[in-house]
Amino acid sequence: MPNVKVYSTPTCPYCIRAKDYLKEHNIPFENIDVSSDENGLQEMIKTSGQMGVPVILIDGDIIVGFDQGKIAEKLGL
Amino acid sequence: MVDLIVVGAGPAGITAGIYAARKKVDSLILSKDVGGQTILSGDVENYTGYQFITGSELVKKFEEHLKQFNVPFKGDQEVKRITKIEKGNFSVETAQGSYEGRSVIVASGRRSRLLGAKGEDIFRNKGISYCATCDGPLFAKKTVAVVGGGNSALDAVLQMMHIAEKVYLIDINPTLGGDQIMREKIVATANVEILNNAATKEIIGDQFVRAIKVEQAGALKEIALQGVFVEIGSVPNSDFVNGVKKNKAGEIIVDHLNRTNIPGLFAAGDVTDIPEKQIIVAAGEGAKAVLGVFRYLSQN
Repeated sequence: MPNVKVYSTPTCPYCIRAKDYLKEHNIPFENIDVSSDENGLQEMIKTSGQMGVPVILIDGDIIVGFDQGKIAEKLGL
Repeated sequence: MVDLIVVGAGPAGITAGIYAARKKVDSLILSKDVGGQTILSGDVENYTGYQFITGSELVKKFEEHLKQFNVPFKGDQEVKRITKIEKGNFSVETAQGSYEGRSVIVASGRRSRLLGAKGEDIFRNKGISYCATCDGPLFAKKTVAVVGGGNSALDAVLQMMHIAEKVYLIDINPTLGGDQIMREKIVATANVEILNNAATKEIIGDQFVRAIKVEQAGALKEIALQGVFVEIGSVPNSDFVNGVKKNKAGEIIVDHLNRTNIPGLFAAGDVTDIPEKQIIVAAGEGAKAVLGVFRYLSQN
């Protein structure tokens, strides 16, 4: 199973879509709510150099935004 | 070759898909995303049948409704070009492939207008955001600016004034637009500073944004901050259609049957010159466009 992390905020619609997409395809993932998890936020900024959500890490590869094509490609969906 | 290609899957495109399925028009939907701008709407309280629903929940409902009809849907397809080919048919090209249809409905909606200031492309997602609802919480206890003066800018300020330590509202106009009820709340809030007649010239930073340069009454002023939310309206996604008549704003001109100047090419929703940009209006226009297409196909 790939290691998938989603850095998100609860209000961000694209984060919700990204998580729904992963759930639909039965891909387990770790959700990090950067609105309440300060360490998680710093980790996201350090790893990705981004200040926008969602940031999705798939086996260490960074995907910025809900880019369905890239996610599907990385996960072989 | 299908009878109809629908470009876009916001309220107009999805409604078009549903109507096409019910009219047994062989169709295909091509879209970059699902929901269009609706997904970014916070609370929707004016879509008939729902006293209250969030934008993303409404999009889910739209999607479920469309799925009932098994309309062929290709997501993650940004249309690059629509051209007229032989026998009055159309070729619709995306990065992934090329599709042919007897008719097309362009329902590609709108996207955020860019600021056009120096540094904007460098610091996108590095302090510049076009969605306060999405990225607002990342700027907790920080100093931010909202650029704009209409309802969407006021809405961003109303969200950010509870999250950020200080919010500058940078408006190029002499007085704020938008609804009075929103303006009153903002003016009465201590951590919001409003700059009128202020043009954003540059966004400065290193790895991330650290300041904004604003021109006010001929003087340049640098304000230290960490986040900039751009809320200066939107532009239609109409660049990819060849030969279609548009107004000065780039919106596709349609008649009351959603026809453009090109026979067989229809348009619906916020990409058109219909002045009311509302979810329910866009949905209605999508329905109208399919009924127009149905008439067109039976006559040609």
